[in-house]
Amino acid sequence: MRFVDEYRDAEKARALAAKIAALCEPGRHYKFMEVCGGHTHTIYKHGLEDYLPESISLVHGPGCPVCVIPMGRVDDAIALAEQPDVIMTSFGDMMRVPGGRGSFFDSSAAGTDIRMVYSPLDALKIARQNPDKHVVFMAIGFETTAPSTAMTVLRAQAEGIKNFSIFCNHVTIIPAIKAILDSPDLRLDGFLGPGHVSTVIGCRPYEFIAAAYGKPLVTAGFEPLDILQSVYMLLQQLAEGRCEVENQYSRVVPWDGNTVALRAVAEVMELRPYFEWRGLGFISHSALQVREKYAAYDAERQFTLPGVRVADPKACQCGEVLKGVLKPWECKVFGTACTPETPIGTCMVSSEGACAAYYNFGRFSRQRVQEVSIESSRA
Amino acid sequence: MTHQNTSQQHADWAEAAVAEHSKRDDDAGYSAHKPGTEHAGREQLVLQRIERARKARPRVREKLITLAHGAGGKATQSLIEAIFLDAFRNPLLAPLEDAATLTAGDARLAFTTDSYVVSPLFFPGGNIGDLAVNGTVNDLAVSGARPAHLSAGFILEEGFPVEDLRRIVQSMAAAAAAAGVSIVTGDTKVVQRGKADGCYINTAGVGLIPDGLTLGVSTARPGDVVIVSGPVGDHGITVMLERGELDLDAELVSDTAPVHELVRGLLDAVGPDVRAMRDATRGGVATILNEVATAAGVAVVVDEDSVPVRPEVRGACEILGIDPLYVACEGRIVAIVDPAAADAAVAALQAHPLGTAATAVGRIIEDPPGLVMLKTGFGGTRIIDLLVGDPLPRIC
Repeated sequence: MRFVDEYRDAEKARALAAKIAALCEPGRHYKFMEVCGGHTHTIYKHGLEDYLPESISLVHGPGCPVCVIPMGRVDDAIALAEQPDVIMTSFGDMMRVPGGRGSFFDSSAAGTDIRMVYSPLDALKIARQNPDKHVVFMAIGFETTAPSTAMTVLRAQAEGIKNFSIFCNHVTIIPAIKAILDSPDLRLDGFLGPGHVSTVIGCRPYEFIAAAYGKPLVTAGFEPLDILQSVYMLLQQLAEGRCEVENQYSRVVPWDGNTVALRAVAEVMELRPYFEWRGLGFISHSALQVREKYAAYDAERQFTLPGVRVADPKACQCGEVLKGVLKPWECKVFGTACTPETPIGTCMVSSEGACAAYYNFGRFSRQRVQEVSIESSRA
Repeated sequence: MTHQNTSQQHADWAEAAVAEHSKRDDDAGYSAHKPGTEHAGREQLVLQRIERARKARPRVREKLITLAHGAGGKATQSLIEAIFLDAFRNPLLAPLEDAATLTAGDARLAFTTDSYVVSPLFFPGGNIGDLAVNGTVNDLAVSGARPAHLSAGFILEEGFPVEDLRRIVQSMAAAAAAAGVSIVTGDTKVVQRGKADGCYINTAGVGLIPDGLTLGVSTARPGDVVIVSGPVGDHGITVMLERGELDLDAELVSDTAPVHELVRGLLDAVGPDVRAMRDATRGGVATILNEVATAAGVAVVVDEDSVPVRPEVRGACEILGIDPLYVACEGRIVAIVDPAAADAAVAALQAHPLGTAATAVGRIIEDPPGLVMLKTGFGGTRIIDLLVGDPLPRIC
């Protein structure tokens, strides 16, 4: 398949892996954080760690849109869905995220009307088709999805649709990265920068990471060869004593981002003073809310929400996992109390969550796998 | 207007789940997590702990049925084992095969049932009617039986067009004739408008199992070869696209077909060397291989590059972020075969029009028991686990 197979070529991967191994300084250990959940998913889905030397560890970052939603916001969304004549719409991977009193799936089973959509425009379509209902779109995600939400609000306004609003939970990536950089728990050697977020914001906003924190960042694509190449570029920078922001994903990411998309977001949304992140707590200026001007499309203004904060379960260590301080399997409840069937933490829900990726794809001993490869090549 | 409330609640369900597991968890060797101290031994301990947790008796924690309970993955499995098997427990049901094996005098019969709720009712390549016949014929066929007689039960919604029902029933008649089975008993119920989605069909079937044939996924042993009879995922993707919710188009038709002749050809060629067969419906090939690994206590290694997938299906799966190995088929079988007979088995399948693309995709190994692993096309390794549920609407 074009535009896919060329980025999954095992031969090229082997060649790149050899170059990566050659660049590693003997005795040195490297820790790189992949910021995006999409990267985490790719790494596990393709078994990419098989190509990396043991001296390189990839640490999973906070860039999983579903993972960072705190339980209180899920409860608020369910409270919205419980209002009379409301249809709640949501992306599929939000459906299983548990709040303080269950998930969208549970709420839907109990009788609310919660529908899966693939785009906010689909939610708007449902609003058009159901003029006697009010349709709320559960807007989540980083800068990647914020533009499509903003465009949908603009479209709703242009069409004069009155029975549509968004429950805005959009977050921004830079404060999260900064929180990680300021966290004393973690020593990183560099970042694989978010790919899809950068298609919108570009690479410039990361420059402080290299300049002020002295960490190199390479904006990385989502195919396995993209990630290997980005690791190679990071090692190259370290070997040459450089510390820069580089763009591996240049086939999609313009250095200055997508100004049309950014303008749409700025028109409809503004920064919140603070927002709670699952596991990370309150981070100031880290999320977006609907501007007063578009209050008619803001579910938070149109409805009264409980707005009750729900504490993360004591045993849940999603925060440490999101910050890359813990590997998924190092969490005390990983795989026992917390599984994809009965997730306690959000990282176990989305296919982009580090815990779900590790549990679904990587839950085996590397050593055992090497033996398996040898056995089956003998057979 | 909302504002940040300073009060704080706790998620009682989560605290309860943790408490329950920590009670169960007995390995003192695993003490609390210290960031950064990682060594292979500790990861190994965690893996063992997970294995124990997975072996624990399945429970249905939910208070209400959710769509995940019908998706064919882990939630379905828990529901079957914790609710149905628990109540009905008997030796014929316990193996949880596609069909139960009954004895009547000297004869052995395969007996199975399946309900069909596909939406939309009509899709490229078929409709709910031929699906309902083929599905049950196939469950009998992969149990090694010659399909003989079917029942058909209809649940119709008030207001359903008679013309549509006629079309569906005619398809059933044609499918039954093609499969050489007769529909010999039936039932009809009509429910109020809004209480059903047009038309649901249940079929049950019986067939005769030839002497000397014993099949079962628990008989798979290390060395055995895993064969699929053709490209996977056609039916599931066709139905998803036909719903029109995805704004994707492809020249795809459902693979719904009766596989009894395909199976007959395989059994005639290498019968004694076939350990088990399954038709890869809901949950796809991945779910079947997990059933094999669990039932036989073996591991399955699949080579991603050798799994046949049509480019249209692969493309749709890439866009939707799903793995074709989990997508439903309605006319594909997975066979576990003795290695000595593998080539002959592939050849026998290829000799039938439904099996021209049949190929070996993997093999059974001893260890680690219960796990299905994939050698990815990229050259890495990962697990293929059961899905929890299916985020997409029902497809069969």
